[in-house]
Amino acid sequence: MTADPGPDSGATGVTAGGGAPAGGWTTATVSGVRRPIARSVELRLDVHDRVDHLPGQHYVVRLTAEDGYTAQRSYSVASPPGDPLVELFVERLDDGEVSTYLADVVEPGDELEVRGPIGGWFVWDGETPALLVGGGSGVVPLVAMVRHARDIGRLDLLRVAVSARTLAALPYADELAEAGAQIVLTREPRGIRPASRLTGMDLFPLVEPGQTAFVCGSTGFATAATQLLVELGVPTTAIRVEQFGPSALELPKR
Amino acid sequence: MPGPTRGFLGRRRSAGDPRLPPGQYDAGSDWPVLTAEPTPRITPETWSITVDGAVENPTTWTWDEAHALPGAEYNGDIHCVTTWSKFDTHFAGVSVDSLLEVARPKPEGRFVMETAKTGYTTNLPIEDVTGGKAWLVWEFDGKPLAVEHGGPVRMLVPHLYFWKSTKWISRITVMERDQPGFWEQNGYHDRGDPWKQQRYQGDL
Repeated sequence: MTADPGPDSGATGVTAGGGAPAGGWTTATVSGVRRPIARSVELRLDVHDRVDHLPGQHYVVRLTAEDGYTAQRSYSVASPPGDPLVELFVERLDDGEVSTYLADVVEPGDELEVRGPIGGWFVWDGETPALLVGGGSGVVPLVAMVRHARDIGRLDLLRVAVSARTLAALPYADELAEAGAQIVLTREPRGIRPASRLTGMDLFPLVEPGQTAFVCGSTGFATAATQLLVELGVPTTAIRVEQFGPSALELPKR
Repeated sequence: MPGPTRGFLGRRRSAGDPRLPPGQYDAGSDWPVLTAEPTPRITPETWSITVDGAVENPTTWTWDEAHALPGAEYNGDIHCVTTWSKFDTHFAGVSVDSLLEVARPKPEGRFVMETAKTGYTTNLPIEDVTGGKAWLVWEFDGKPLAVEHGGPVRMLVPHLYFWKSTKWISRITVMERDQPGFWEQNGYHDRGDPWKQQRYQGDL
């Protein structure tokens, strides 16, 4: 930050994560491959010379073809720091290049080039109250936070709301439900709750002073969810966002 | 270099396209959005840009004042550290040179910090925003710049990874000494040259 940001620089909540570990390129041996949800894969990796991550960080996977061509993508870590393996959850995109390889080709025993952990902003320190809001595969970094909270006996610090089209399409649905997550489904009812998008009513009971809000999902979801949080009085400086996919302009208008 | 990944053929290689830096793919007509903060609501009436710090003449321009400066355009490619590149983009706005001509950096001002309305920051050597290499832009493809892409006005430094092109730019501070900005404090490279793949701290 500048010495004197001045009145026009707006929020100064955007500061360094500070001390977030970052690892270099290394090799990981694929230890497990599971497909609990259609169109996605969970990879369990034994990362050589691993650097412990913070919940919310991601890894980069780099693939190299015979002729030296490479492609790399980032994937959030679903496992907590205490897990001996690094778990990545990868949604398979039909026009994807790396995700289709990871989902369709990778087998246990394969070696992958990885780099991580990366990122010092979208991380939860495990000590302060947090509101986690995730849509679809955007729940993955939040799952790492939930698992870490469970490991250290501090689930009381977390409030969680997640959204997916159907329960079968929600990654880690059982664990999230067990952790008390508010689960919102947009294409099927859940209990007495009819199918609908995430609303302010879903989030209202979860909002508490002093929380940092972590919002992760598609651009459309993240935009809508942050807007709801702001309307509920959550300071914009307390909201951290990780979003992916095309711009909202290219999504169907609501 | 490590050996090949078993069974990986690779699909998206743009064979020899000289516009594509290493490790990047052509995003085509898509323009992904990656933001660390909530999208702010800023209207042209409330937007302004300030150039301050180690300058002879610290200056703030309103929307109308900035538009009264000589217009400038960028036609070319942009590259994001998350590996997408977008070819043949068209942005319109004003050259950062036009702002610095008025603010007059002092000789000891060797770096700049871009600051967004949201508090986001990114640092650069001053040479990376002078000499026709950086713009403030308010139009994309002839239309007002969309808010999720940093509208009404963003910085554009297309020869570096796009995190150096601050969305919702509100301040450019000239500094005597370099200081890391937001992503630079959070594990990303200090300069971010796509052609050298300067993605993360520790990359050469």
